[in-house]
Amino acid sequence: MPDVYVVSGGVSKFAKARPDRTFQPMVKEAYDYLLDDIGLDFTQAVELVDGTTSSYFSDHFGRQLMGGAMATDYLGMCPKHNKRIEGGGATGGLNFQAGWEGVASGRFDIVLTYGWETMSHVNTWKGNEFIALASDVSFDYPVGGFYSGYYAMMVTRHMKEFGTTVEQLALVSVKNHNNAFHNPYAQKRKRITIEDVRNSTMVAWPLTLLDICVMSDGAAAVLFANEEGINKLEKATGRSMKPTKVIGVGGGMDAMRMADRPHGDVILLPHEKAEDYKDLKYPGVHSFRSGRNASKEAYKMAGITDPINELDFVELHDAYTSSEIQTYEDMGLCKYGEGGGFVERGAPFMPGVDYGYDLPEQGKIPVNPSGGLIACGHPVGATGLMQAVFGHWQCQGTIADHFGDPTLQIKDAKRGAIHSHAGTGTYVTVSILEKGF
Amino acid sequence: MAEKKNYYKIPETDDGTILFNVPFPEDLKQLKDMAPILIKQPYHIDYLHSYGQDSPFFAGLANGKLLSNKCPKCGYTYGTPRMHCMYCGTECDWFELPREGYIHCFTVCHFGSEEFLPETPFILILVEWPEVDTLFLARLVDVDPADASIDWVGMKVRAQFKRLSKFKPTDVYFVPA
Repeated sequence: MPDVYVVSGGVSKFAKARPDRTFQPMVKEAYDYLLDDIGLDFTQAVELVDGTTSSYFSDHFGRQLMGGAMATDYLGMCPKHNKRIEGGGATGGLNFQAGWEGVASGRFDIVLTYGWETMSHVNTWKGNEFIALASDVSFDYPVGGFYSGYYAMMVTRHMKEFGTTVEQLALVSVKNHNNAFHNPYAQKRKRITIEDVRNSTMVAWPLTLLDICVMSDGAAAVLFANEEGINKLEKATGRSMKPTKVIGVGGGMDAMRMADRPHGDVILLPHEKAEDYKDLKYPGVHSFRSGRNASKEAYKMAGITDPINELDFVELHDAYTSSEIQTYEDMGLCKYGEGGGFVERGAPFMPGVDYGYDLPEQGKIPVNPSGGLIACGHPVGATGLMQAVFGHWQCQGTIADHFGDPTLQIKDAKRGAIHSHAGTGTYVTVSILEKGF
Repeated sequence: MAEKKNYYKIPETDDGTILFNVPFPEDLKQLKDMAPILIKQPYHIDYLHSYGQDSPFFAGLANGKLLSNKCPKCGYTYGTPRMHCMYCGTECDWFELPREGYIHCFTVCHFGSEEFLPETPFILILVEWPEVDTLFLARLVDVDPADASIDWVGMKVRAQFKRLSKFKPTDVYFVPA
């Protein structure tokens, strides 16, 4: 299997609404940034790119079928191969892996992926209805289809099982909003406190407005290549590429209906032992088995046996503060049940940033240095690709150039994980990025 | 002077597009700075949704019975109907769930999807039964949403049925037992 690299990426500014553009030119904004960053002309790219993949989550949000075809022709990529990837909240992460597969399979030397979502075309509560249609329409949706409610049920079980507190959840929001303060791409850039989160409007007990990501309009694009592809790009641009190698990919699934999730044994990572969890029924609804499976597979491929010490950063799918804490555990950054204490001790906070709290383990493994979904926004089909772009820039050491602010650059970042997640932990992808130059 | 022709005109009606914005510049070069035009596009669909193999569950609710499926081969017992066993693929049998179970987890929805906004605040629970392997999603009533507390987890609850069935999973709901 050929080595696969991320060569460039671009992200549009995520915003509550982008009425100034339909989705195609919004995708082109991200794409133009991607081209500009490596000095590649539009027409050179048309020549060199072998195929494309596109992603958006909901046909309802756009009220436009085959949007993938429309974005593809807008970028001038006809008549070459394209396919659309969709998998709920993990749509972007699945598309990232589809781009990787296009090159890893040997089919293509250079693949372009792009994703977007335009969520502003309906009101927030209609948008929540569309999202809730990604739950069983016979048994789940009619009972009170509301994703924030579903995740809130999962966290009340986590709280019961492990003693996780609402203040620990709020700390995730504090971290991610404060990080985003230094990220110009983020939708919500503000400094907040635990009290701000708890005093915010209650949405689904115990989750408040500030525990939950927002709907966004936005796009992102990623360019993949093998070594032959990199040679072609370097020849065309006269520049040396600074690629990021994709050293691991993993995926997982769980039953769509939370009620169907089993209560069995924990899937163990290399650094864990069965006796760590002898009294734990797993995954139930407190944990994401799919996230654990995706992590295990990605770590195995990347040769990672001790994730917290072998990763320099993680960009994970924090649609909810609670799901960030649950995901620390799935990814083995801490043991199951220890996610609350993990954030309380400051382990996933950025080093060198003042959050206004005493955080004895601050900077141990920065999680969502970009601000994550909670602060950047979650234009679903773009989100997983946005994580890849930010991860690529971290590994390149170019965050300061792209953000115009060096605060969020993790010093000497060599290797990081990106994690994309759908519907209460149905589809999950984990991909491992490593500095490739 | 040219003769003024009376072209046919479509009769005017008082419905139409709701316009949110129509600026227009004198100079066409300024068109790229023009604000976008937003129009309303209503979208209503009636689906004929079949419950298919799960239909007996809804017939059960209409007759005051909470039904689910059990695998005759491996014995796995589902709290929500599933006609084929997730673990061995065998076609399942129907059985009646106990009237009383326990709250496995819950939330109070203060907001919701548009369809359910008028019902807020409402309480969602996953019900567990000691002898059943999986759970069941339902509404909990007859508790004060303002009293939400993690102590609700483990509460014993009892199924009640709507007298006039709407053939929705909400035909059954739970109250504190």
